[in-house]
Amino acid sequence: MNNPNKISINGNFFSFVQGETILSVAKKNCIEIPTLCYLKNTTPSGSCNICVVEIEGSADLVTACTTLAENNMEIHTESVKVIESRKSTLTALLSSGNHNCSICGTSSSGWTDFQLKVHKEDKTSQLCPVWGDCRLQDLAYRYQVTGNPDIKGFDKVYPLEDVNPFIVRDFSRCIMCGRCVKACREIQVNNAINFSDNKSIKKIITPEDNNLKNSDCVFCGECIQACPVGALVEKDVRYSTRPWETKKVKTTCSYCGVGCQIYLHVKDNQVVKVTGVEGNPPNYGSLCVKGRFGFNFIQSQDRLTTPLIKENGTFKEASWEEAFELVANKLKEIQKNHGSDSIGVLTSARVSNEENYVAHKFCRAVLKTNNIDHCARL
Amino acid sequence: MAGLAAAFGSGAMTNSIEDLEDADVILVTGSNTTENHPVLSSFIKRAFLRKTTKLLLVDPRKIKLAEFAHQWIQPNLGTDVAWINGLMHVIIKENLHDKDFVEKRTEGFEELKAVVEKFNPEYVEKITGIKASEIISAAKLFAQAKAGCIIYCMGITQHTTGTDNVKSLANLSMLCGNLGIRGGGVNPLRGQNNVQGACDMGGLPNVFTAYQPVTNKDARLKLEELWGVKDLSDKPGLTATQMVPLAHDKIVKALYIIGENPLVSDPDLNHAKKSFDNLDFLVVQDIFMTETAQAADVVFPSACFAEKDGTFSNTERRVQRIRKAVNPPGDAKTDWEILSGVAQKMGYNMDYKCAEDIMDEIRITTPSYKGITYQRIEKTGLHWPCPDENHPGTPILHTSQFPRGKGLFHAIDFIPPAEQTDDKYPLYLTTGRIIYHYHTGTMTRKVDGLNEQAPENFVEISSKDANQLDLKNNSMVKVASRRGTIEVRLKISEKAKQGTIFIPFHFAESAVNLLTNAALDPVSKIPEFKVCAVNLSAAA
Ligand code: SF4
Ligand code: SF4
Repeated sequence: MNNPNKISINGNFFSFVQGETILSVAKKNCIEIPTLCYLKNTTPSGSCNICVVEIEGSADLVTACTTLAENNMEIHTESVKVIESRKSTLTALLSSGNHNCSICGTSSSGWTDFQLKVHKEDKTSQLCPVWGDCRLQDLAYRYQVTGNPDIKGFDKVYPLEDVNPFIVRDFSRCIMCGRCVKACREIQVNNAINFSDNKSIKKIITPEDNNLKNSDCVFCGECIQACPVGALVEKDVRYSTRPWETKKVKTTCSYCGVGCQIYLHVKDNQVVKVTGVEGNPPNYGSLCVKGRFGFNFIQSQDRLTTPLIKENGTFKEASWEEAFELVANKLKEIQKNHGSDSIGVLTSARVSNEENYVAHKFCRAVLKTNNIDHCARL
Repeated sequence: MAGLAAAFGSGAMTNSIEDLEDADVILVTGSNTTENHPVLSSFIKRAFLRKTTKLLLVDPRKIKLAEFAHQWIQPNLGTDVAWINGLMHVIIKENLHDKDFVEKRTEGFEELKAVVEKFNPEYVEKITGIKASEIISAAKLFAQAKAGCIIYCMGITQHTTGTDNVKSLANLSMLCGNLGIRGGGVNPLRGQNNVQGACDMGGLPNVFTAYQPVTNKDARLKLEELWGVKDLSDKPGLTATQMVPLAHDKIVKALYIIGENPLVSDPDLNHAKKSFDNLDFLVVQDIFMTETAQAADVVFPSACFAEKDGTFSNTERRVQRIRKAVNPPGDAKTDWEILSGVAQKMGYNMDYKCAEDIMDEIRITTPSYKGITYQRIEKTGLHWPCPDENHPGTPILHTSQFPRGKGLFHAIDFIPPAEQTDDKYPLYLTTGRIIYHYHTGTMTRKVDGLNEQAPENFVEISSKDANQLDLKNNSMVKVASRRGTIEVRLKISEKAKQGTIFIPFHFAESAVNLLTNAALDPVSKIPEFKVCAVNLSAAA
C-alpha cells in the first residue's frame, strides 16, 4: 500500500497518473461507475451527483468525475451509502420533470402535479419518445426507483420548441445535466446554447433565449446525441420510430472529405435516423447538419429506378439488356469510326474506390483510351 | 494536387486530422472550414479553446473562423503567391527558417531566396492590401511555431495560378521544417467525399492507380497481363476541363459520365451546354435526373452510398468502409455492376461477384493499398500507404524522406488573376459552398429540412458596396459577367469584403457558373472559379 500512485477500488489495487480522476482510473480498469452529466473529453462539472463514491475515512461522498485520485485512497463505488445517495438523487430527478416512464401501469396516482400538467399540454398519450433509449430510465431501473409525487418539481412549464426543421426541444424532460451545453461549447465549439445566468430559470437557453433557428446553432445535432433523456430529439424521429424497430448499419458519410463514421438506423428498408459512431476516428461521434439530417434523398421519390433511353427528345423506360446493348454498340461504333480517343469518361469523386477502379479499368482496357478524369477540379 | 506532387513527389494531405490537436500554429487559407468541413473545423476550434494552438487565418471573407483566429489577414482575391512570398521574405530575412531541414531535406533554396527577395512587406502590401506590419507579424507567428500546420482548400486551387499557390504553400512549410512531424504538414482538404479515392484509383488521365504514370511501360505491362488485354494506351488522356471544349469542337464524340453534374458545376456554363449539344453520344449514370442526365442519350439508374458495399478514402488518406443498409430503388444497380454490364456487351469479360472481389484486385494493382483488406478496416480505417498486411498505415507522410528524394523549392513569381475588374465590371466575384448544401445540390436539395434552412440562391455583399449601388437588402438583383447573367437575392453581410461579392454554387436555377471564367491553370487544368469580374444592378 505504500507504492506511489496506487489506489484501491472495491478492494482491488490500481495505479494511476498524477491528475487523473477517480472516474478515469475506474473506467480504465473496467469498473463501472454510473454517470449522467459526465461527457467524455469535456470539463467535468460534477453537477448531477450520480457518480458519487465513498472514500474511506471521509464523511462526505465525492463525485468521481471531479475528484482526483490520491495515493492510498480506498474507494467504494457501490457501498450502502453510495446506493442510498444515488437513489435519492434519481428520485429527485424523476420527480423534477416529465419523467413518469418508470411508474408501472397507467395509474396517475404516482404522478407529480407538473407531470399531470405537461401531460395535458402534450396532447399525446404515447410513451416518452426516447422510451428504451434513455440513460435516466436505465438508472431508475437499475436502482429500482420511481418519482415521488410529494416532491415539488419544476414550477413552470416552458413551451416545447419545434419551429426548426431538425430538433425538438422538450424542456419538460430536461434534467439540466448540461451535457448538451458541453457538447455545443466544448466539442463542436458552436457556442449556441448555455445555462442561464439567472439560476431560477430551469432551461438551457440561447444567448437571447431565442429559438435555435434564430441563434448561432448550425444544427450539427451534437446536443441530441449527448442528451441522456428525451429533452432533445430529432424531429423526424420523435414518436415515429422506436429504437427496437431499427437496425444500425455502420458506414461512412457521403458528403464531404472528412469521411465521418455514421450509423444508418434502418426501419423497413428506409433510413430513418443517422448518428455518429462514438469512439471511432476521424469524427469520434460528431457530425454536421448534412451528415446527420441530410439523408432523405436516399428514399426520395425522384430517384431514378430504371434505365432510360432517349428517343426523339423524350426518355422512354428500357430494360437493362436493351440499354446495355445500345450503349455497347454505340461506343463500339464511335471507337471504330473516330478512334478510341474520341471517347471520354468522367468518373466520380462521389462513388466508391471499387467503382472508380472499375471505371478506370473500363476506360483503359475496354474503351482503350486514357481520357478519364473526375470533377474534383470543379 | 499537381503542386504538392511537384514539391514532394506525392500530392495528398501529409498529416492526419487528429494531428491538428498537436499543432502550435494552424494556418488556414482558402478554406471556409466551418461550412465545408464542419467536423474538421471543430478540431481547430477545440485547439483554440485549449489555448495550446494559435490560428493564423488568411481569407478575404470574414468567415466564422475569424472569431477563433489569433491573427486574421485579408488579402485581395487572387494574390496568394504574393503574401506567401512575403511571409517567406520576412522569415529568411529574420533568419527564422529551419536551416537544418532546408539543408538536409530540400533543394532549390537559393533560387527561392532570389525570387522572394523583392517581396518585401511594403511591396506585398501594394499587391495584397495586407498591411506590411501584419505580414511581418504573421511571418513570425508561423515561423516560430514548433509544429506549424497548413490547411487549404478550393480557395487556393481554383485559380489560374492554383498550382503556383500550392507550390508556394509547400515552400513555406519546408522552409519552416514542418514536414514529417506531428502537428505539421501541408494539408489540402478534399471537398467531395471520395476525391482522394477517385485519384488513388486512377480516375486521372495521366496515371493508373497509385499514381503510376501511363507512360511507364512496366506499369502498363503489369496491367495488360492482369487484365488480359493488349496495347494499353501510353498517351496521357484529356482532363475534364479539356474534354468539354474538345466536345464543342466535335473532336470528342462521346462522353460517359458517372455520378457527376458538369452542367451545373462547370465554369462558363453557356459554353459547356453548347459543347454537350455537340456530342454524338452521352451516357450518364446517376441517382437522380440531374441537369446533365437530362442531356443524355442513355441514363442508367445507380445505387447510392447507403445501398452498396465498398470503401471511400477520406481527405486524410484513410480508407474506410461503406456498407449496404437498404436496397436500391426499383431496378437501380451499383455503378460497378452497370460498368461491368456495358463491358460484357462490348466483349470484355468483367464478372466481379462483390465489392470485396474488386478490392482484392485493387490490392494487386495499387502498391499503397496492398495491405488494406476489408477485414483489417472492419472497425477503423487505415491510412495509405499501407504496403503489406502487417503495416499499421501511414498517418504522417515524409517523416524521413520525400517520394522524390529531396523536397523541391519552386521559385515562383506573382501573376495577377486572369480577369481584372474594370469600369464595366467593377466587382470581383468569388464562389463557394454553404453548410446546408453540397456541391450542385442534387442530394441536399432533396432534403426538406436543409431546403428550409437555405431555400434559395443569394449574393453576399458588404453594406458599403450595396449602399453605393443603391441596392436594398433582400431585393432581387442581376449579376452579370462577360459570359452571362443570373438573378439572385441580395444579402448584405458583414462576412463580405468591400469590392468582392460571394455566390454559392449549389443552385442550378441560377447557376453561378454561368458567370465564372473557364480560364485554366496551365498545369492542374483547374478553372478560375474563385475570381471573375462582375457588375450588379437591380432586377427588373
Ligand atoms: S445542434 Fe449543434 S450548434 Fe445547435 S445547439 Fe445543438 S450542439 Fe449547439
Ligand atoms: S458529417 Fe459533415 S463533416 Fe462529417 S463527413 Fe459528413 S459532411 Fe463531412
